[in-house]
Amino acid sequence: MGFLLIKRVFEGAIDYLQVMDEQGNIDQANFPKDLPDQKITDMYKYMLFARALDAKMLSLQRQGRAATYAPLIGEEATQIGSAFAFRNQDVFVPNFRQHGIFLVRNFPLDNFFVYWKGYEDGGKIPENFNGTAVCVPVGSQMPHAAGIAFALKHMNKDAAVIAYVGDGGTSEGDFYEALNFAGVWKAPLVTVIENNQWAISVPRKDQTAAQTLAQKAIAAGIKGVQVDGNDLLAVYKAVSEAIANSKNGPTLIECVTYRMSMHTTADDPTKYRTDEEVAEWQKRDPIARVKAYLVKKNLWNDELEKQIADEQLKKIDEAVEKSEQFKPDPRSMYENVYSFMPEELKDEEDAATASNFWQ
Amino acid sequence: MDTQMNMVSAINNALGTILKQDDKAIIFGEDVGRDGGVFRVTDGLQAKFGEGRVMDTPLAESGIIGTAIGMAIAGLHPLPEIQFAGFMYLGFDQLVSHAARYRMRTRSTISIPMIVRTPVSGGVRALEHHSENPEAMYAHAGGLVVVEPSGPYDAKGLLLGAAKLKDPVIFLEPTKLYRLFKEEVPEDAYELPIGKSKVVRQGSKLTIVSYGVMMPAVKNVVESKKVDAEIIDLRTINPLDDATIVESVKKTTRLLIVHEAQQSFGVGAEIAARVAEKAIYELEAPILRVAAPSLPYPDPGYERYYYPTEKKIGAAIDKVLSS
Repeated sequence: MGFLLIKRVFEGAIDYLQVMDEQGNIDQANFPKDLPDQKITDMYKYMLFARALDAKMLSLQRQGRAATYAPLIGEEATQIGSAFAFRNQDVFVPNFRQHGIFLVRNFPLDNFFVYWKGYEDGGKIPENFNGTAVCVPVGSQMPHAAGIAFALKHMNKDAAVIAYVGDGGTSEGDFYEALNFAGVWKAPLVTVIENNQWAISVPRKDQTAAQTLAQKAIAAGIKGVQVDGNDLLAVYKAVSEAIANSKNGPTLIECVTYRMSMHTTADDPTKYRTDEEVAEWQKRDPIARVKAYLVKKNLWNDELEKQIADEQLKKIDEAVEKSEQFKPDPRSMYENVYSFMPEELKDEEDAATASNFWQ
Repeated sequence: MDTQMNMVSAINNALGTILKQDDKAIIFGEDVGRDGGVFRVTDGLQAKFGEGRVMDTPLAESGIIGTAIGMAIAGLHPLPEIQFAGFMYLGFDQLVSHAARYRMRTRSTISIPMIVRTPVSGGVRALEHHSENPEAMYAHAGGLVVVEPSGPYDAKGLLLGAAKLKDPVIFLEPTKLYRLFKEEVPEDAYELPIGKSKVVRQGSKLTIVSYGVMMPAVKNVVESKKVDAEIIDLRTINPLDDATIVESVKKTTRLLIVHEAQQSFGVGAEIAARVAEKAIYELEAPILRVAAPSLPYPDPGYERYYYPTEKKIGAAIDKVLSS
């Protein structure tokens, strides 16, 4: 008779980080290092800017002046908190909802509107943007992020990649493959899971039996942490630390937030979730708690808020106006596929140009 | 200086040339490093260029192609290998959804220069999924350059030509030809044009268009039957050089297309359509195709019934010449 030797070969745990609670109270022990009040105020302004942009996009879409759009409302802390942790040299890999980060990264706003109106011309990536294009197939941006992170390391650049993926995206094979590759390569990849609880109509609990999404890091042998994604300071802190540590390898950060609005303008969330649930999350609004904190510290007031809202709206309106001057050229479809012009494609283009079908 | 090389050595030689010429180039994939690839195509390259340039990856095809896209975005020149074309479908989404579209999506501000090498073709009694001919799927996507060499000399020249492109290239290597014959291949670098086919034999009674794995069979049949046929080797499948084909058909008035892949919706269908559009009144006989039946590649036991053999090519030549 033999004895079965049971030996524990692995232990893991996932920490949850919150720095600022729903009322704007701070856990001083966890307050991010080197974070001046001015930076918090700047982040707050961008949260407002992102929400204002979102509102404008919805209005444009409802008027038929924009195509389908994926709103970000409710996810401002996750987006702005992480974007402010970026260094200039860090590369941003979005999915299709990180409009707030496009703002922080100074993406030309008129091009943003051109893109969401349905024209690739708005998707031109500016030289200094240090980011990739909007990526629609869920999770498929993740291997790109791992590849870019590999390349940065391979070329000895002191830079990291910050990639975004939703809760639904964590079920995709590409998500696992990317974390696994990055783990093997010890690549400087910081992945932010923007867990907004809903993948269109499928709730987080039906996406995976895993208790947290952050624990998916464990299987890839990389760091994982869960943060309150509606807490600007917690997100900022977690992403800053992950970037600082990125030369040692990847980190997975699950930001627990909530999609306050629809998946896209083509979606009706009243079909699958209750008003009560939305109201519960409303109490955890990411903007309200930063405002409470800033007001308490006498760094913000309603007058400033009004002034900044006017400035932001003006910027947005000017960009919309400029974007509406854009004239699409159907030939640009043909001429931006290959680095050279195949004869057959040229013939097709010429035939279409010569016809009156485009008029 | 020329050396006798088979296709494996010629591709190995070309890859070494690319690594030497281009410090952004990097080869990676399953078993390409220490093992030198399951067909030994990358043999010795890791020892010569180091693990940073020739690298084994985890076993995940979408991960390999997806990370290659990321590397290309970041300024490297990735040359991933997918071990067999039959496993490349796992990376198909990355190829058609991203590699093929990235330049268009960003209006040419970001290009994806990369070469995905993968063994294709049957006729070697391999297990299921090891004999695929997926060229039409990649050609159909739009945005992917698809190349399939038919011999060692072409393999090296086309690979070096592809390495100069800023586009994603699918480089299909016929396993059956890897070691079938040797040719004189220059040690020095030379490039063959991408997107141009080659008239490999002049003739006046019939045009036969083929590429890659079927080329030796086509040449054999034409020689043994002593047919006055013009033979065109496509070399590049997308973009398709139909000008050379149309010009030839205008001279010969007959067209036969030979490929190993399934007949329906295949490369032959596209060639036939273009010739019909551009030269149908020059034809004196219906266009014929010799290809595999329109069903998935079978297991090796049934391969000899499925395969577009020399016998089938011979019968088709007789038919097109007699009609």
